Amino acid sequence: MSLALIAALPFIGALTPALTARFGRSFATAVAACFTATALGLILLHLPALLSGTVVQTQINWLPALGLNANFRLDGLALLFAILILGIGLLIQLYARFYLDQGDNYPRLLTYLMLFQGAMLGIVLSDNILLLLVFWELTSLSSFLLIGYWSHLPEARQGARMALTVTGSGGLAMIAGLLLLGKIAGSYDLSQILTQADAIQASPLYLPALVLILLGAFTKSAQFPFHFWLPHAMAAPTPVSAYLHSATMVKAGLFLLARLWPVLSGTEAWTLIVATTGLVTMAFAAKVALFKDDLKAILAYSTVSHLGLVTFLLGLGTKAAAVAAIFHILCHASFKAALFMLAGIVDHAAHTRDIRALGGLRRAMPITFVLTAIASLSMAGVPPLNGFLSKEMMLTEAAQTTLFTPWLAPLLATIAALLSVGYALRFLSHSFLGTAKFDAAHPPHDPGIGLWAAPAVLAVLVVAIGLLPMPLVGWLVDAAASATTGSPQHAHIALWHGVDAPALYLSLLAFGGGLIVLESYPSLRRWWQAVPRPEAKPLFDTTVNILTKTAQHLTQALHNGSLSRNFALALLTIAALGLYGFATGSHGAGARAPTAAPLAVLVGGLLLISATLAATALHRQRLIALLLVGIVGLTLSAGFAYLAAPDLALTQITVEVVTVILMLLTLNLLPQTTPRESSTLRRLRDGALALTVGAGAAALAYALLTRAPAFPPISAFHLAQSLPGAGGHNAVNTIIVDFRGFDTYGEIIVLGIAALLIFALTESLLATKWLARARPDTDAGDPHPVMLRVATRLILPMAMLVGIYLFLRGHNAPGGGFVAGLVFAIGLILQYIASGQDWAVARQRIPQHRLIAAGVVIASLTGAAAWLFDLPFLTSGFTHVHLPPLEDFELATAALFDLGVFLCVLGAVMLALDALARLAKAAR
Amino acid sequence: MTELLIALAIGTLTACGLYLMLRRRSFPVILGLSLLSYAVNLFLFASGRLAPGQPPIIGASAAPTDPLPQALVLTAIVISFGMTAVLALLSLGAYLTTGDDCTDTDDAA
Repeated sequence: MSLALIAALPFIGALTPALTARFGRSFATAVAACFTATALGLILLHLPALLSGTVVQTQINWLPALGLNANFRLDGLALLFAILILGIGLLIQLYARFYLDQGDNYPRLLTYLMLFQGAMLGIVLSDNILLLLVFWELTSLSSFLLIGYWSHLPEARQGARMALTVTGSGGLAMIAGLLLLGKIAGSYDLSQILTQADAIQASPLYLPALVLILLGAFTKSAQFPFHFWLPHAMAAPTPVSAYLHSATMVKAGLFLLARLWPVLSGTEAWTLIVATTGLVTMAFAAKVALFKDDLKAILAYSTVSHLGLVTFLLGLGTKAAAVAAIFHILCHASFKAALFMLAGIVDHAAHTRDIRALGGLRRAMPITFVLTAIASLSMAGVPPLNGFLSKEMMLTEAAQTTLFTPWLAPLLATIAALLSVGYALRFLSHSFLGTAKFDAAHPPHDPGIGLWAAPAVLAVLVVAIGLLPMPLVGWLVDAAASATTGSPQHAHIALWHGVDAPALYLSLLAFGGGLIVLESYPSLRRWWQAVPRPEAKPLFDTTVNILTKTAQHLTQALHNGSLSRNFALALLTIAALGLYGFATGSHGAGARAPTAAPLAVLVGGLLLISATLAATALHRQRLIALLLVGIVGLTLSAGFAYLAAPDLALTQITVEVVTVILMLLTLNLLPQTTPRESSTLRRLRDGALALTVGAGAAALAYALLTRAPAFPPISAFHLAQSLPGAGGHNAVNTIIVDFRGFDTYGEIIVLGIAALLIFALTESLLATKWLARARPDTDAGDPHPVMLRVATRLILPMAMLVGIYLFLRGHNAPGGGFVAGLVFAIGLILQYIASGQDWAVARQRIPQHRLIAAGVVIASLTGAAAWLFDLPFLTSGFTHVHLPPLEDFELATAALFDLGVFLCVLGAVMLALDALARLAKAAR
Repeated sequence: MTELLIALAIGTLTACGLYLMLRRRSFPVILGLSLLSYAVNLFLFASGRLAPGQPPIIGASAAPTDPLPQALVLTAIVISFGMTAVLALLSLGAYLTTGDDCTDTDDAA
């Protein structure tokens, strides 16, 4: 359970800021940090096992039928990332506590950060790739929320949208890719997938799966040409940039490359795509970084470049390169997170991040200067800092690489290294060295320890790892690299490799070139500004605009606010599809023996058809049309009775009564006639359309009725099991309350919701002055005739008796909760009609809402009771009881469930009619 | 023969229901929807085929007809009451707040 708990901890922590915010920022931060620290501590408890090469796993079956299981695994690679996520997470929490202004909503930021932390931790701990996808999308979502945190700034909103669009689209591609991978491997569990390298690489689906997965990884890790979202993500508060957009989230793509390295790498396609993309990204982004003026933009492009570096190393497919990649992930996270936090400090102190407006901060901010110097020299790859070590390892690998030609990889890698020396030194020297450009009267100053503590911890690590790489992180790199490559690795990280090492000369070249770049920066910059270059944002905006416009045009063409037009379009489509099917398929009457039609049936059928036609012809006179529709319904119920559906007949006749009453109440407040406003042409068009679809429906029904079913109906089971399985003779009722009880359960809840909706609509109408518009007919004679009142009083107990009778016999004969509820409702409505709403309400003990609630509760409890016997929800039970002098009778839990149905139907019908009655009364 | 009659009934109910649903006022639209519900319910019921005198009650008939379409239609009838009621209230609300019961917001007749 432990791994699932660890993965859940940050999510639980995300709930706390809402509760702890009132006790101040420090307390809220401390509580959230406790969750992060606990998760880190629990991870580290597994350290001894992990270092011996064991993989810690937790398996929880979630939806095993879909291959979706909440399986978690912790190995060396997951350990490295978990330490990064949680360790840097703690530092970021501390930094963010002091970074945000008093006016900012700090608890919200903290919540989002914890949410992100949980999602990111979930990615690295997932063993199931479907579970991994869920967490992957969660990181995109939390990144969106964090970039758009200052939602009043347009660039924050635009940056958030762009990041979500790019990483979200990549995520979609990745879903497809991972599904393909799972299909090839026959399992969605990494532990299974990782053992099947040969089968996966031999599959014809390997290439599509690879490309789709790489799309996901490259968009997330901002690889060229998908890099452009990352600089715009810098609109986020600096703690977010340091955490998500340098140290952790953008490395999710790299994590995935490393995670799937054993099964995906080693092929020509892998090396060609991944290594080339990485190499190009590394060099291109380093060049852009050199010419940016915003401190955070420089760091953003530098991040893109370093992500390219790791991608390049992973793309090479050799084990030594994978070791170097792992080590650089660690080094980069340390110095780049520190640099972002330091850039935030400079921004706060000097009120600008524009490097052209900065300079000479060295004396004003000595602590910040020292820390920045350490981190940026490490970024430049200056010995003895950790950035030097990993960059040397990269250059060593590049020197041995043949990509297209033997010289391309070393050349581009050296150029990238050279440019990174250039931008790193520019970052440091142009802001801290040289002449002071700040206002001497109000010089910027170092912040309190709260802000610089976090980057200081990282700077210490940068130096310490640089001096003592093996004792400090050798074990971690070994563990992570072993897990990545699938075989034990022992890294040899050292400052000095001897004079034979080619990387030494490439490094020296990079330093020399970098210093020259810095010296000749003004002239380089003039050249840069003279060369035209495509900007990603306008391109992106144009594409999005075109898509939005197209979608708008399409929507407006299909739906211009006219319901009848919309219906007509839908009908046209249906008619066209139906005609196509009719024209291309075979048709004709089937061979099933026809059923003889006695005269009464013929008369009934003709009555139904003529009433329908009359209702349509006379529809402008609404009252007459309504009554004709009522006749159709009543004839239909007689038809059901004849056609061996007694339950349907009972339901139809009772529903028809309440529907007609309801519609009469509505019509009372509406205009009594429909004006003639459609043109003859339009009526002809509508008629033709309706006739076509109607003819199609008739033909389909006839074809269906004259054929035997193509497959044996599943209801043979229901008929066979009705008595032995559910203890009832009435198969329709046993299906409703037992076999398909869950459907019925959903249905009564829907009915209850519909009734509550009607209630809410009524309340809102009653609260307005608009009711005056209704002009109900108040001159219809005696509203409450004595005869009617007397008759309904007599009918009420009889109706109830009939209702109870129908309810009790429902399991074995036509009847049941639905019908009983409707019969009760009719008896009660008659009291409304005869004596008025006031009279009825004055005598009503139980409000209808409670009936609905009681119905749903009884049905739920009946269903849940099955759990007590370790059976699935709504499993029913029954027994036969013999109590002398009574006959044998049956007790079934289904009857209790049916009671819930009864109460819900009664409550819903009464609530709807009562609502209309109140409206009518208020309008009078 | 009954088959033909049922098919004709379904066709008429569908055509008339759709014609009324294509009107521009809410009340005929609701009536049309009621007719269409009858058609759909009858069609669903008919998918169990016709077997007069053979109700799906164990012991009451020798070859009981298919109970499943009946159970589906039974719940559909009740739900269509709920839907009609909600639509009636919505149309009433629209009429009272806007002053007419037209379902189209464009001006084309």
